[in-house]
Amino acid sequence: MNYPDDAVLVLLDLTPAGELHSGAAGLLGAAAALGSPVALVVTDPASGGRAAAADAAAGLGAVRTLVAESADMGRALTVPAVDALAAAAKLVGPEVVLVSHSIEGREVAARFAARAKAALALDAVGVTRDEEGVVVRHSAFGGAYETESAASFGTLVATIRPGAIEERGEDRPAAAETLTVEPSGLPATTIASFEGRAETSSRPALREAGTVVSFGVALGSPDKLALIEELADSLDAALGASRAAVDEGYAPQSWQVGQTGVSVSPDLYLAVGISGAIQHRVGMQTAKTIVAINKDPEAPIFDIADFGVVGDQFAIVPQLTEAIRAKKA
Amino acid sequence: MSSLSEPLRIAVLVKEVPDTYGERHLDLETGLVDRAASDAVLDEIGGRALEAAVSHAEANAGTEVVALTVGPESAAEALREALAIGADRAVHVTDPQLGGADLGLTAEVLAAAVERLDADLVLAGNQSTDGLGGVIPAMLAELLGRPQATNLDAIGIGAGEVCGTRASDHGTMVVRASLPAVASITDRLPDPRFPSFKSTSAAKKKPIETLAAADLGVAVEDPAAPRSILISVAARPPRAGGMKIDDEGDGGTRIAEFLAQNRLV
Ligand SMILES: Cc1cc2nc3c(=O)[nH]c(=O)nc-3n(C[C@H](O)[C@H](O)[C@H](O)COP(=O)(O)OP(=O)(O)OC[C@H]3O[C@@H](n4cnc5c(N)ncnc54)[C@H](O)[C@@H]3O)c2cc1C
Ligand SMILES: Nc1ncnc2c1ncn2[C@@H]1O[C@H](COP(=O)(O)O)[C@@H](O)[C@H]1O
Repeated sequence: MNYPDDAVLVLLDLTPAGELHSGAAGLLGAAAALGSPVALVVTDPASGGRAAAADAAAGLGAVRTLVAESADMGRALTVPAVDALAAAAKLVGPEVVLVSHSIEGREVAARFAARAKAALALDAVGVTRDEEGVVVRHSAFGGAYETESAASFGTLVATIRPGAIEERGEDRPAAAETLTVEPSGLPATTIASFEGRAETSSRPALREAGTVVSFGVALGSPDKLALIEELADSLDAALGASRAAVDEGYAPQSWQVGQTGVSVSPDLYLAVGISGAIQHRVGMQTAKTIVAINKDPEAPIFDIADFGVVGDQFAIVPQLTEAIRAKKA
Repeated sequence: MSSLSEPLRIAVLVKEVPDTYGERHLDLETGLVDRAASDAVLDEIGGRALEAAVSHAEANAGTEVVALTVGPESAAEALREALAIGADRAVHVTDPQLGGADLGLTAEVLAAAVERLDADLVLAGNQSTDGLGGVIPAMLAELLGRPQATNLDAIGIGAGEVCGTRASDHGTMVVRASLPAVASITDRLPDPRFPSFKSTSAAKKKPIETLAAADLGVAVEDPAAPRSILISVAARPPRAGGMKIDDEGDGGTRIAEFLAQNRLV
């Protein structure tokens, strides 16, 4: 089988339900801007949804979708996906390999780059092409700097920040094919058990949300969470939290925004009772609009807030939720 | 590699990074972290990894904890701090030729240093505070041909294996890897202990071995190795604050008005 000369190989992540992860649209969009996207999905033969995933990939711009089956997927960590990516790259001969900068994705990309001795660029917020080749854009120190990198030569492996790419690929006819993978036999970590995160609501995913409502340790008790949840739901927002709130167990780790959590760039970021420590700010200061509620007029969050209210969150938040509901009604 | 009954040697990967509490800068000429512009500290996550290793060593006599870093000369300070927290000795790979090393080269150097140390377990942070790549442990595992038990929110080091709970994208998994292995931990693990006066002075007598890339047999200027190169750096103007009001009983309503005016609701 022939593959396009300008093939961009894209590893797509599947959810535990076997559906394409929501980041697929951005990954394939980035690939389409560089060349012809060839998608790769790696599944456990026991799980269904292969055909549907390939159709979905075509709908997002994949000219071809390789489906690799590995009985070790879900049982062994990272290595099966790296083996599949290596097999796909050998077959397709891509100039660029794109993978999500998710926890699983970045490790697959990194191991593949180490194996293939390819240049690795991480956490891209954009990819473009100039006369000399592919250029990767990065955002450093919470958006304080923008840098560009490129591979000195050879295949470039790049991970893409989820939610950062706005380009989209065009709808294509589905074209799936099975990829045979020769396991590397490298020692892998065993996955003894897996517990999916309970998606407790229909709230948008934090990384990709247009609006984020975040709260801090000042919430004081998990019982108070309903207050914040109601506000978030009135705005169709995702929930975020400070590390101090996560440390206290008011929020799961996956909600943490900042240096050691998720970086977000929503249209609106509403910080409720968050001091705005620098490590929090680097994860949210690229939001288009920032609104802050804090009882301390000196709280650093006000230095970057477009609109700030000095006052008690427990008085302001219910009133705000009510007012938003009234405006929407 | 030591047999199961022998005590472990744990290499803890630590890094000197600019203090996140201060302003951090990139040099606009080189694109590298401007180390002169910020205070340098031991990476917070490296401190947590050290704490995990040191507390294992306290409960398992004979365990050796070696702090390992690849970094500039000044990184010796961070290694001293690692020794004060409780590492038995330290290895400092420092080489002017490694300034600005990309991920591939850094991983190669670390892999060579781990081989030389013959460490049973490599313990790292999940992400470094400055680079935030979150990939070095996985790259090391690939280069060393070892299993990688990364991104652990909880860790157990036992006879012949390392296990823990891994926070992944879609949920939590319990994972196990046979030694020799590479593991990395998240900031769910406890902070390191605060070094006492006694341990700080004891640290001054502990050995730090200094190595260059050539001592590890790593060719820095390998023309056959593709590298990631930086082609531009630009600073963005800092964000400024906007309007700030005191809540006079109508704070919530005022925010809703602001949102409506800006078509955000
Ligand atoms: C290496 C490193 C990485 C880190 N990574 C992260 C990270 O990823 N994310 C992160 O968030 N932090 C991170 N931190 C921690 C960070 O430094 C702060 O400790 C943390 O962000 C503080 O959280 P907070 O705002 O909830 O709490 P605090 O700083 O304690 O602030 C509480 C705020 O609530 C306000 N308040 C109290 N009561 C009320 C009320 N009734 N109404 C309104 N306001 C009220 C107070 O005025 C105060 O401003 C990191 C730290 C380090 C060293
Ligand atoms: N230069 C280095 N020296 C020692 N350890 C490092 C170095 N770079 C990264 N590490 C380790 O790898 C982890 C992840 O780093 P990174 O992939 O850069 O986010 C860090 O927390 C460290 O434990």
